[in-house]
Amino acid sequence: MSNQNGSGSDRKFKVVGTRPIRHDGLDKVTGRANYGADLALPGMLQGAILRSPHAHARIKKLDVSKALAMPGVKAIVTSADFPEIGSGGMAAGESHIDPKDLQANIMARGKVLYHGHAVAAVAASTIEQAREACKMITVDYEVLKPVMTLAQALAKDAPILHEGRKAVGVPPLPEGDTNIMMRLANAKGDVDAAFKGADVVVEGWYEASMAHQGYIEPHATVVTTRENGQAEIWCSTQGPFAVKSMVAVTLQMDPNLIRVTPSEIGGGFGGKTTIYLEPVAVLLSRKARRPVKMVMSREEVFRATGPTSGTRIWAKLGVKKDGSFVAADTRMEFEAGGFAGSPMGAASMTLYAAYNIPNFRFEGLDIVVNRPKVAAYRAPGAPNAAYALETAIDELAQKLAIDPIDLRLKNAVKEGDVASYGPKYDRIGFIECLQAAKNHPQYKAPLGKNQGRGVGAGFWFNVGLQSSATVSINDDGSAVVRTGNPDIGGSRASMAITVAEELGIPVERVRPLVGDTDTVGYCDLTGGSRVTYATGMAVIEASKNVIEHLRARAATIWGCEVDAVEWRDGQAVGTNGASNNKPLSLADIAKQMAHTGGPIIASASVNPPAAGPGFGVHLCDIEVDPETGRSTVLRYLVVQDAGKAVHPSYVEGQFQGGAAQGIGWALWEEYLFDKDGKMENPGFLDYRMPVASDLPMIDTVVVEVPNPLHPYGVRGVGETPIVPPLATVGNAVSRAIGVRMHQLPMTPPRVLDAIETKKG
Amino acid sequence: MAKIQVQTTINGETFDYLCDGQQSLLSVLRDELGLTGTKEGCSTGDCGACSITLDGQLVPSCLVLAAEAQGREIGTVEGVSSATGLHPIQQKFLEHAALQCGVCTPGLIVATRALLLKNPNPTEAEARYYLAGNLCRCTGYDKIIKAVLDAAASMRGESA
Ligand code: FES
Ligand code: FES
Repeated sequence: MSNQNGSGSDRKFKVVGTRPIRHDGLDKVTGRANYGADLALPGMLQGAILRSPHAHARIKKLDVSKALAMPGVKAIVTSADFPEIGSGGMAAGESHIDPKDLQANIMARGKVLYHGHAVAAVAASTIEQAREACKMITVDYEVLKPVMTLAQALAKDAPILHEGRKAVGVPPLPEGDTNIMMRLANAKGDVDAAFKGADVVVEGWYEASMAHQGYIEPHATVVTTRENGQAEIWCSTQGPFAVKSMVAVTLQMDPNLIRVTPSEIGGGFGGKTTIYLEPVAVLLSRKARRPVKMVMSREEVFRATGPTSGTRIWAKLGVKKDGSFVAADTRMEFEAGGFAGSPMGAASMTLYAAYNIPNFRFEGLDIVVNRPKVAAYRAPGAPNAAYALETAIDELAQKLAIDPIDLRLKNAVKEGDVASYGPKYDRIGFIECLQAAKNHPQYKAPLGKNQGRGVGAGFWFNVGLQSSATVSINDDGSAVVRTGNPDIGGSRASMAITVAEELGIPVERVRPLVGDTDTVGYCDLTGGSRVTYATGMAVIEASKNVIEHLRARAATIWGCEVDAVEWRDGQAVGTNGASNNKPLSLADIAKQMAHTGGPIIASASVNPPAAGPGFGVHLCDIEVDPETGRSTVLRYLVVQDAGKAVHPSYVEGQFQGGAAQGIGWALWEEYLFDKDGKMENPGFLDYRMPVASDLPMIDTVVVEVPNPLHPYGVRGVGETPIVPPLATVGNAVSRAIGVRMHQLPMTPPRVLDAIETKKG
Repeated sequence: MAKIQVQTTINGETFDYLCDGQQSLLSVLRDELGLTGTKEGCSTGDCGACSITLDGQLVPSCLVLAAEAQGREIGTVEGVSSATGLHPIQQKFLEHAALQCGVCTPGLIVATRALLLKNPNPTEAEARYYLAGNLCRCTGYDKIIKAVLDAAASMRGESA
C-alpha cells in the first residue's frame, strides 16, 4: 500500500489520515455485537415464508385453513392482508421504486414471478412449527411458461410477465404487451459518419451473469406491534429511514407509527437498501399480538433477494491510428428480474463517463424475466457497462499495438471536460490513477507462459443526499457523535476521526453511535458511497457548531467578547484583549458547563446535491492452465482516487473487497437455472464466491486528488472498486490465452472452449 | 417428541441443556444458551460463520447435532478473550482492520485460533487454505491474512 498525493488541499490534518482502532471493533471480535438475528424478545414468535415452487404462475386459489389449525400456529398472512396501493415512483436512495411492485415482490399478488417468490407467511411458537404449517397451505397454481433469458423475453411470442403494462422511456417504444419495461437512448454527434472516418473499429457482444451481493448475514428482523398501531422494527438494513418509509408505503401506514432500529449489519453491498421481511413481520405481529422474528435461510437469500442484473451488451468503438476515440455505439439489455427496475439507467450514464468520445450513441433496455427482482449492488450497472467498454478498449489497444494504459491516458477525462452524462468535471483524479498504475512495479513484473496482464478502469458518480449528525460534550470533555447510518465497514471510526479532528481531542475520547429513526435526525441510506462524504460533512458542521458554544463558554468564563476567543488545537485561546487568559481545554470548559449555560450539544444537517466522482484503475495478472481452463489470479492491484482517505485502512479495505467481488463475478459466480426456472445453485457450495485460497494479496494505491466539494477533499470510495474488475480480469484471461473472451463468468469450460476455438 | 438432555463444557464452564434430536448445536448455542457470538450464514457448512471447536477440532456448529456435544468440550468466540484482555488474534484483527461488517469475524477468530494451535508458524498459503472454509465477502481476505500471520508472529514472541 502506498499513498500518492495529487497536489491539493493545504490543510494539515492531525487525526484524518491516521489508522485508529475502530470503536465498534472490540464488540465485533468478541462476539458481543448484535446483528439482525441476534435479538430475542420475551414471548417472541418465529415467522416462516411459503415460497413459490414455480418461476411463473398464476395463483388461482390459496387456502390457509389447514395450516391455521396446526400446532403452535398463531397467525398467517397472504397478499389479501396487504392494502391495495396504486403505482407511482418513490425515491429510495439511488433507485426509484414503484410501491405497488415493492409490495408485490414482498408478497405475490395474483401471480408469482420467480421461483422463491413469497406467497404466504406463518408465525408460530417455534420455527419448525412455522415451517410445518407452511407445507399445509394449499396453493392452486396455473403454471405459465417461464421467461428465463433476455433472448426469451424479447422473442416475438414471449410469455408476458406483466400483462397490460406499457414500456416507458425514450421512443420508439414497443407497442402492446412487452417484457421491455423501459427504453433509454441518447446520442451525441454524427456517430455513423464518425465510424466511417475511424481507422480501426471493434465491436462485439459482452455478456455477464446475474450475480448476488453475497453478504454473509442473511436478512433478519424482529418486530413488535402495539395496540395503538405502533410498530417497532429491528432489522439488518443499510437504511433505517428507508425501511420506515418503505414499510409505511407497503402497508399504507402512518410513518409516525413506525420506529426502525438498525442492528449491526453483516454486509449489504446495496442488497440491504430494500425490504423483504419487515412488512410481513409487522402484519404477523399485529395478528398474533406478539413479537415476531423472521430470518432468511441462505437459500431464500439466493432465490428471493438481491441479485444484480445479468446483461448482454453490444458495443462498438472506433479510433484513429493515434489512438484517439472517434465514435462509440452501445446497446444494453439488462435483466430486471420479476419486476421493472434494473440499474440500466445508471449504466448508461457511467458507460462513456471516463473518456472523451466526440460521437456516441446508446440504447438501453430494462427487461423483466422470471428471476429474482434485482436490487442495488455496489455501483449498480456500472460494472456491466465497464465490462463492455473496457474490453473493447483492450481489443483496440491490441489491434493498434498501443500500451493499454497509454490508450486510456490519451482519451481520459480531466478537469474541465464535459462528462458524457452532462455536467462539467471539477477536479478529478483519473489521469493520476492511470499514471500511478503505469508506474507501479506490478506493471513491469515479467509474465511467464500462459500468463496475461489485464488493465481496466472504472467510474462511479457517488452521491451526496441528506444526512444529519449530533455532537454532544460530556462533563469530562469527551464527546459523543450520533448519526443515522448503519456502520457497514468502519464508518463509526471515520465519524469519530472527524470529530476528533475538529475539536482537537484524541479519537479515543469520541464515542460514535448509530441511532434509530426516533433518536437521530434523518439520514439517507448507507449506500452510494455517501457516508464518510455526506454524513461526514454533517459531523464537521455539528462539530463546528459545538466549537461556537465552546468559544461562547470561554468568553463567559473570561468575561470577554466571543470574538476575542479562538478555537485552536483543542483549546480556547484568548486574542485581542483576552490574550492574558490561560487557554482553556475542552475538558476545562466541559467541567464548568453547569455554570456557564448548561449542556453543550449541537446538530447539523446537510443535503449536498453532488458528491465528486470516483475513478479507479485495476491491474490483474492471471495464469490460465491450458489443460483445465482454470484461471489463477497471481497479482492484483487497485488504484483509486479517494480524494482524502479519512481512515486509510478502511479505504484500502473497500478497494480490496470490491476487487474480490469483481474477481468472483468475472471468474466463478453465476446464477444457474434449470429449464423450469428453478435456481440450481442457491448455496455457497455451488454459487462460488472467492475464498481465501482463491486470491492473492490485493495491493492498493490510494490516490488523493482532493474533492473540491468536501472540506477535507473526501470522495466516496465504496462502489468504484467493483467497476473495473470484470474487464480487468477478462482482459488478463484473454491475453493469457490469446483469444478474446466475451462471456462472464470465465469458468474453466468456457475458457477451454475458447482455447479450442483458437486451435480451430 | 422427548427432549434429549445434554451436559457439555463450553469455554470451560459446564452447561446443561435440553434439545431435540434434529437440533443443531448452532441453534442451541444461539437460541437456547444466548451465545449469539457464533453466527449463522448458511446452515449448510459452507460459510464458516458458525465455526467452533469441539474437543479442539474446528467444526461448523451448524452441522453438529446438539446431542453430539454430550461430554465434549466446546470452544466459541465468547471464550477467546480472557480477564487479562483480548487474545493476540483479536488484537491483530483490530490493528490490521481485518473486519468490515464483522459478521465473519467470530468464525475467523475461532478458526485462526485452531490453526495456530496446530501450526504456530503458517505460511501465507497454509493460512489461506486452512481458512478457506470461512467466507468473508467484505475484505478480499488481504487484511485478514496479514492479521493472522502477524498474530502468529506475536504469539511466537516475534514482532512481525
Ligand atoms: S452457518 Fe455453519 S457453515 Fe455457514
Ligand atoms: S467483514 Fe463482512 S463478511 Fe467479513
